[in-house]
Amino acid sequence: MASSSSAGAPNAKPIQVKLVLLGEAAVGKSSLVLRFVNNEFQENKEPTIGAAFLTQRCKLEDKIIKFEIWDTAGQERFHSLAPMYYRNAQAAIVAYDVTKAASLEKAMNWVEELKRQANRDMVIALVGNKLDLVSASHGGDEAVRKVPVAQARAYADEHGLLFFEASAKTGDNVLEVFTDIAGKIPLDHLLAHPHRGAGGRGGAGGAGAGAGNRVDLLRDGAPRADNASCAC
Amino acid sequence: MDEEYDVIVLGTGLTECILSGLLSVDGKKVLHMDRNDYYGGESASLNLSQLFRKFRNGAEAPEALGRDRDYNVDLIPKFAMASGEFVNILYHTDVTRYLEFRQVGGSFVYRDGRIAKVPATTAEAISSPLMGMFEKRRLKKFLEFIQGYNANDSATHQGVDLSKTTMAEIYYKFGLEKGTQDFVGHALALHLDDAYLSQPAQDTYDRICLYMNSVARYGKSPYLYPMYGLGELPQGFARLSAIYGGTYMLQKKIDKIEYDADGRVAGVTSDGQTARAKVVIGDASYFPDKSTKAATVVRAICLLTHPVPNTGDADSCQIVLPQNQIRRKHDIYVAVVSAAHAVCAKDHWVAIVSTIVETSTPERELEPALALLGPIQEKFVQIADVMAPTSDGVKDGVFVSTGYDATSHFETVCTDVKRIYQACTGQPLKLEGKVKKQQEDQ
Repeated sequence: MASSSSAGAPNAKPIQVKLVLLGEAAVGKSSLVLRFVNNEFQENKEPTIGAAFLTQRCKLEDKIIKFEIWDTAGQERFHSLAPMYYRNAQAAIVAYDVTKAASLEKAMNWVEELKRQANRDMVIALVGNKLDLVSASHGGDEAVRKVPVAQARAYADEHGLLFFEASAKTGDNVLEVFTDIAGKIPLDHLLAHPHRGAGGRGGAGGAGAGAGNRVDLLRDGAPRADNASCAC
Repeated sequence: MDEEYDVIVLGTGLTECILSGLLSVDGKKVLHMDRNDYYGGESASLNLSQLFRKFRNGAEAPEALGRDRDYNVDLIPKFAMASGEFVNILYHTDVTRYLEFRQVGGSFVYRDGRIAKVPATTAEAISSPLMGMFEKRRLKKFLEFIQGYNANDSATHQGVDLSKTTMAEIYYKFGLEKGTQDFVGHALALHLDDAYLSQPAQDTYDRICLYMNSVARYGKSPYLYPMYGLGELPQGFARLSAIYGGTYMLQKKIDKIEYDADGRVAGVTSDGQTARAKVVIGDASYFPDKSTKAATVVRAICLLTHPVPNTGDADSCQIVLPQNQIRRKHDIYVAVVSAAHAVCAKDHWVAIVSTIVETSTPERELEPALALLGPIQEKFVQIADVMAPTSDGVKDGVFVSTGYDATSHFETVCTDVKRIYQACTGQPLKLEGKVKKQQEDQ
């Protein structure tokens, strides 16, 4: 076990990692994250609304990784995901549904897009979700499977992706997805080039610019509303 | 998309995206469409190939410019005032989480053929090379008056009533020279022309306070600029809208705006499908019949391989050339950003020179400012009309935004957001507590 919110040596500073979710609508992207972060599952979950991003800490050997997980907020539905979404992400989970062949094709498109647009060192995991639906041990039926394991694995190997079949519903393999991603991220490089805290977008893929002129509006709070006096 | 929405928004420029975000947070069901396959419309930032497609007929970019993807070049230059309303909106909507800002390295003003730092404190006024000894003292007295002025304490007013006394009268009272008036009115108060001189001084006072409070916040200049260019801003607000349920569709050709028998808007038809709504918001390009030309602006985007001379090698800055100093009716602005902001390749700078067009040879009007830049590697010139809505939209439910004007910051964008928000909801925009802050475990 490598993950829990209380994990970690008290002195270790968490290394922040931006992770983005991609994949066709309704393949269970948010469910995978809810299982990882809250260890819960909601049947018939509504499309994602209202969550900017979730965070979860994950311990790896002597380091603590703080995943900042960005959900698509539904912007993938009509091909309108903004480039800012995967800007500076160090990791991506590209999900598909093992019972929908078309969802793997869509996943492959996202992998191409990431290879073209995103950070070169990005760790990408291809995840076939809804494994429970094809597992007899969970009341599923192998007959509804539409994506053969071998096909997805071959694609992942060819493109240097991590590969898993998982179930957000039962929790099978979900933790492993995140732990293996954490293990593959060049953490020493991130430690050498730390970036700012919450909402941080610097990091490995950052511009490499000096930090001298950076400002942190989150920390500094709102500007004073009243201009009644100008006591500067 | 054959559905009923509360609001349909057309165009993903900054104004539209802020409104879309605010209305989604309010619980309104929002459909947001754009004819382009990218976010931002006029407020997008372009990479090299997009830049060469737009200005050079698709010619190949010279190799010396570096990698295509390193570029995020704005078409319309703007900075955020650190204490301004735009930063306030960013903060209260939590959109700051998606963005990273840098302080702009300097603020300069042109006087008598050269540029100098804009003095924003009494100490800077005293050490400024812009003025002679006696004038420095007069400016110091003026700045002390501005800083000491308290609306509720008549002892601080020195006989001035900001709601009545004109700015020209205040300059006379403090005995400020014409050249000093130029930088107070144009580099501190950021007026675009001299019409303010005969107006009550309140507006100018507010503007000077905004400038000084903004400088006081981070020190080097009153301005902030987002990493990866201004194009990130509409994307940030679009994400806010999507998180609160807004539906986004790019690359949607808008066929027709639908109206009911009473002439009120009823929906929007795109690709043969009609989405219904009683409120439609959009930029002027979607409503040519409901907008009119307010001004014409000329902008020259200049790529440099060196910092702008005499700016202390700043990675970014603003230079204001006040109209009187260059015998014009409108100021020229120069906005400089660089690789430090991830908007161009390493060892490059982007300077955008802009002004309101006064003659039939707009590019020539920019010459005094272009001459300050040193050798220019590439120059892309654009002449654009600034459009304004012809009605407030209350009658037919169609709310058209005002185009991006020649000001150097986002304050007028915020004014337009508030205008449209109030017109379409009937309520003034209240930002306080707009988005509940999520607890982050640091």
